[in-house]
Amino acid sequence: MEKQIKLTIDKRPVSVAPGTSILDAAKSVGIAIPTLCHIDLKGTCVKNNPASCRICVVEVEGRRNLAPSCATMCTEGMVVWTNSARVVRARKTIAELMLSDHPNDCLTCPKCSDCELQRLVMRFNIREMPFQGGEQSTRKKEVTAAISRNMDKCILCRRCESVCNNVQSVGVLGAIRRGFDTTIAPTFDRMFKDTDCTYCGQCVAVCPTGALTERDNTDRLLEDLNNPDKIVIAQPAPAVRVAIGEEFGMEPGTIATGKLATALHFLGFTKVFDTDFGADLTIMEEGAEIIHRLKAFLAGDKNVKLPIMTSCCPAWVNFFEHNYPDLLDYPSSAKSPAQMFGAIAKTWWCEKRGIDREKVVVVSIMPCLAKKYECEREEFSVDGNPDVDYSISTRELARLIKRANIDFKALPDSDFDTPMGESSGAAAIFGASGGVMEAALRTVYEVFTGKMLPKLEFTQVRGFEGIKEAVIDIDGFPLKVCVAHTLSNARILMDRLRKGELDYHVVEVMACPGGCIGGAGQPYHHGHAEILQARAAAVYREDEGKAIRMSHKNPDIIKLYEDFLGDPLGERSEELLHTHYFNKQIQ
Amino acid sequence: MSEMKLSCEAIRQVEEVCEKFQNDPGELIAILHECQAHLGYLPEDVQRVIANKLGIPASKVYGVVTFYSFFTMTPKGKYPISVCLGTACYVRGADKLLEEFKRVLGIDVGQTTPDGKFSLDCLRCVGACGLAPVATIGEKVYGRLNPADIKKIVDEFANKE
Repeated sequence: MEKQIKLTIDKRPVSVAPGTSILDAAKSVGIAIPTLCHIDLKGTCVKNNPASCRICVVEVEGRRNLAPSCATMCTEGMVVWTNSARVVRARKTIAELMLSDHPNDCLTCPKCSDCELQRLVMRFNIREMPFQGGEQSTRKKEVTAAISRNMDKCILCRRCESVCNNVQSVGVLGAIRRGFDTTIAPTFDRMFKDTDCTYCGQCVAVCPTGALTERDNTDRLLEDLNNPDKIVIAQPAPAVRVAIGEEFGMEPGTIATGKLATALHFLGFTKVFDTDFGADLTIMEEGAEIIHRLKAFLAGDKNVKLPIMTSCCPAWVNFFEHNYPDLLDYPSSAKSPAQMFGAIAKTWWCEKRGIDREKVVVVSIMPCLAKKYECEREEFSVDGNPDVDYSISTRELARLIKRANIDFKALPDSDFDTPMGESSGAAAIFGASGGVMEAALRTVYEVFTGKMLPKLEFTQVRGFEGIKEAVIDIDGFPLKVCVAHTLSNARILMDRLRKGELDYHVVEVMACPGGCIGGAGQPYHHGHAEILQARAAAVYREDEGKAIRMSHKNPDIIKLYEDFLGDPLGERSEELLHTHYFNKQIQ
Repeated sequence: MSEMKLSCEAIRQVEEVCEKFQNDPGELIAILHECQAHLGYLPEDVQRVIANKLGIPASKVYGVVTFYSFFTMTPKGKYPISVCLGTACYVRGADKLLEEFKRVLGIDVGQTTPDGKFSLDCLRCVGACGLAPVATIGEKVYGRLNPADIKKIVDEFANKE
């Protein structure tokens, strides 16, 4: 074992490995030093450590200045005070200085009660603002399809910049100008829509204040729910049910599927269906496409595009359209589960019941912000009427439930409505990185070989590792698969593909850390990686509890093909369930 | 998006500068310096070319360009005017001088006249404090300036070919 460093923090003896920060050392003995700019989502690459906010300063004996504990490493014999009068005073002043140019509208701020700055102000017992007058409202405000930006509330912690550049490699956000004029802005101070922004929203997921938030669609939804002329359909994504409980004080990782369905019924949706149904449909189409390309490859077709890449994640789609327009033939043409659901709801379901699609409002409830943008893509509409009208995030749904006086924790369980509410365990695991791959493998194996799959679980593709590889034995054929999450890992794969060095058959990409469970529309994790892990574990528990665990065995999916679609990749399926991609390179 | 398309020649020049510094992102500031020396300013397209060559996001380049007041994204006039606002010049009325330049040229600090002849900037000390207040036009230094002189001096340059 490595030699341990011994030090004292607030009179308590601590022993840590070399290279441990004072902040982490303190945490190990139950001392929670306040932080603001610092975030370290352990087990993922989400990390921001610029020591720019100075909130975490501590006193180190023998050192003249206070030290930022997040960026100061422990040394042998160090004596640290995290709560001396000097530290407490300095910390309070630092927060007061931050407030000097911060808007004072907490009561109506979208981040109220979830704001990390607000929490510090309460914790430091700040009851007045000794420094005032620095506030300005000259910085850009913008509401895009997905993200709302109000940089007056920015405290320059640089978390968004770290995530945009280091985790997602999108490189849109960066600090510009200097002094009081400093702000974080998209490239060339443009609006998001004129940049390579993918709307992954991970900047929103880590923003400690109300500078970056989601575009709020809750009022629009309330209006539709109260309109007697509208038929409003809900479809919640797989990752929502394992996270929404957190908003109501339930343990992270609680499966709240039954309560979620009840809450949606109580909110007044005409039908409460399930995006998981769309996920099973995605596997039917994408699975068929995988088999189609594999068969061509095995027959010696030199032009077949391999690897085939998943296309469920809208931020990933934006990413390759912006950065790899020369490789648009590789991703599967299958629409995302939410869009497949919308396309079927507004054709098959409407036709069966003789309803005009204009009367139907399909609302997706997503762990995601990019889905909001996806709904607005022109190709996902018929004569200007979108297949999915709009999307709300897990957080927005929680707010609506609270507003409707629904005590979520006390709700009884209920089922989704039929016929678009039945789903398999394969659909449930779409929520975690590797889930789409595993779901596809279950179906591809059985359809391709005509044999029973001996073991359902493909644990090789599970977990939080950035790039996971596996070779799956498909009845003698070694299928090489790869699963990546976060867009910087996607970039590594795409750069290799461009050089002709990507030797896989099937690749899954999700933009957010951990997959959709870590999506930007989920309850804020505030840097706690355990929350993401608990959600991922819940996704796999949900799968285990299902009677049907393979998409092609979902009876309602089978019926949909018999009644309406014909075959996967058939004419009607191609028309309704597949899409094409565009070159969106910024000139 | 950007106002002007770069000529192939200018792009080649920028790429050469990057290569001279081995496309090293650590040399970004030196590269920007040299590109501005060649082109007079650093428009978006130049920043994009540099970002591509160095393998860094354009937002990073833009961040550096906007941080340092030396770098500019507006093309300089044929005759760049700089008014010294150093202490010595300031106490001898440089602020009034600057106001007069703004009035005569009809532009603000950091801008260029529509005909492209003049641009107006401020600087801190040219080392001629004995001649305060001082302004430079092109390479020429003017000392002991009086706001009343300015119209005449500007006209002289305006009337050159």
